[in-house]
Amino acid sequence: MNGAFDLRIGESHIEVHNFRTGAIVLSALFALVIQAWFPLHFTRAALLDLPLLVTIYFGLSRRNPSTGLLLGTVIGLMQDSLTPTVPLGLYGIAKTIIGYLASSIGARLDTEHPAARYALTAGFFILHQAVVALTRRILLGQPESWFSLHLFGAALLNGLIAVLLFLLLDRLRRPS
Amino acid sequence: MAAIPSRHKSLVLLAGVILLQVLLLAVQIKRDSQGRLIRTWTVGAVSPLERVGSYVFGSFRNTWRNYFALRGTKKDNDDLRRENDALKLRLAQLEGKAAEADRLAALLHFRQSQADVPMVAARVIGGSAGPASQTIVLDRGEHDGIRKDMGVITPDGVVGKVIETYPNTAQVLLLTDKESGVDAILADSRIQSPVGGVGEPLITMKYVPNDDDVSVGARVVTSGMDRIFPRDLPVGTITQIKPGNPFKQIRIKPSANLERLEEVLVLLTLHPLKQGDSTEGQPPAPAAANSAHPQESNP
Repeated sequence: MNGAFDLRIGESHIEVHNFRTGAIVLSALFALVIQAWFPLHFTRAALLDLPLLVTIYFGLSRRNPSTGLLLGTVIGLMQDSLTPTVPLGLYGIAKTIIGYLASSIGARLDTEHPAARYALTAGFFILHQAVVALTRRILLGQPESWFSLHLFGAALLNGLIAVLLFLLLDRLRRPS
Repeated sequence: MAAIPSRHKSLVLLAGVILLQVLLLAVQIKRDSQGRLIRTWTVGAVSPLERVGSYVFGSFRNTWRNYFALRGTKKDNDDLRRENDALKLRLAQLEGKAAEADRLAALLHFRQSQADVPMVAARVIGGSAGPASQTIVLDRGEHDGIRKDMGVITPDGVVGKVIETYPNTAQVLLLTDKESGVDAILADSRIQSPVGGVGEPLITMKYVPNDDDVSVGARVVTSGMDRIFPRDLPVGTITQIKPGNPFKQIRIKPSANLERLEEVLVLLTLHPLKQGDSTEGQPPAPAAANSAHPQESNP
């Protein structure tokens, strides 16, 4: 795809964005690198889930569920690979679902407004953690809490970071 | 085979991908495998970026730490130097107070060991105005019961005697003054002779015949004959002996540190003291008072 095109559902008019060559791959790689390396120097950075934010952003922007879920799968599996203590598939499954949902919602709603991005990201963050907890509990038999204030605070923080990060990623779009 | 509607294709894909990953999880758990191949690929793809990021961040961090973060260092340095100076001063004050506490504890101990002897502790508040005079000024005087010719001591030994009194102060002639003197005996041989100052840190024992056996290191104590000092108070230690004509020239180092006096005790009586712990090792004082004897050496 070389340019943006319109997706029409009923009377709605939602724009589908395309990105510069390699933008998605490099963004995903940078997110993984920073996620793996940043908390070493800034402990509080462990609250962030940059690969998830990138998954959400490209899901919302591309608005293609198949692309979104595959991107989530790849990013999630790579995140699993860089985390020696978790089996492959834990984050993969969660980000697959998030990628699919983000793309599906992006195809139905206008998600360009910062408030919408903030709310969606915070919601997706909690859902992502719920899927991870479900996977751990059911498939891996590991204890994992469903919800905590820490998780809620992390969701709000990730939402805030997402608003800023998405503004940067918007610059990677091809001009329509 | 019926075709899947396009709107359901993504759902089928989602289910398939999730199923594959569940199987992947199951395989890892079953075989206790960690999917080494996939991890190797991922690490291989990500590690070059990590190296670059680490290098850039390290350079930035070093630049920050070595230049920008040092902006406040001079102020911190100045603050720390000022704090260090203040702490040094405080330490010196505390050391002075600790030394003072030690001295006062020694005085108190001596005072308690001589509970039946009236004496008053006094602080040295001044010295002699002229270099030829070896005197000190005490912060106690006639109002505290101090009178002329009373003895002044420390737990270490004899200091001197009161030569002038005022309502609230008193002047003391130190043992080292040329005009000073005290009747003394050698603690071991009991050879008796007046001891006096020559205006120097060391004092002399004046009338010991050349025939008498005296050795360096011998202790000299008060005889009690002068009716100023009780018997057997430490006076000093012999440091030098030279033959003379007709008497030996004996130099004695005073037991009390006369050059650094800060607190002293003024004896308010001429009755003999019982020697306690403060004069440990010395012969015990006889019960008989020698105060009735005529004063042989009157400083």
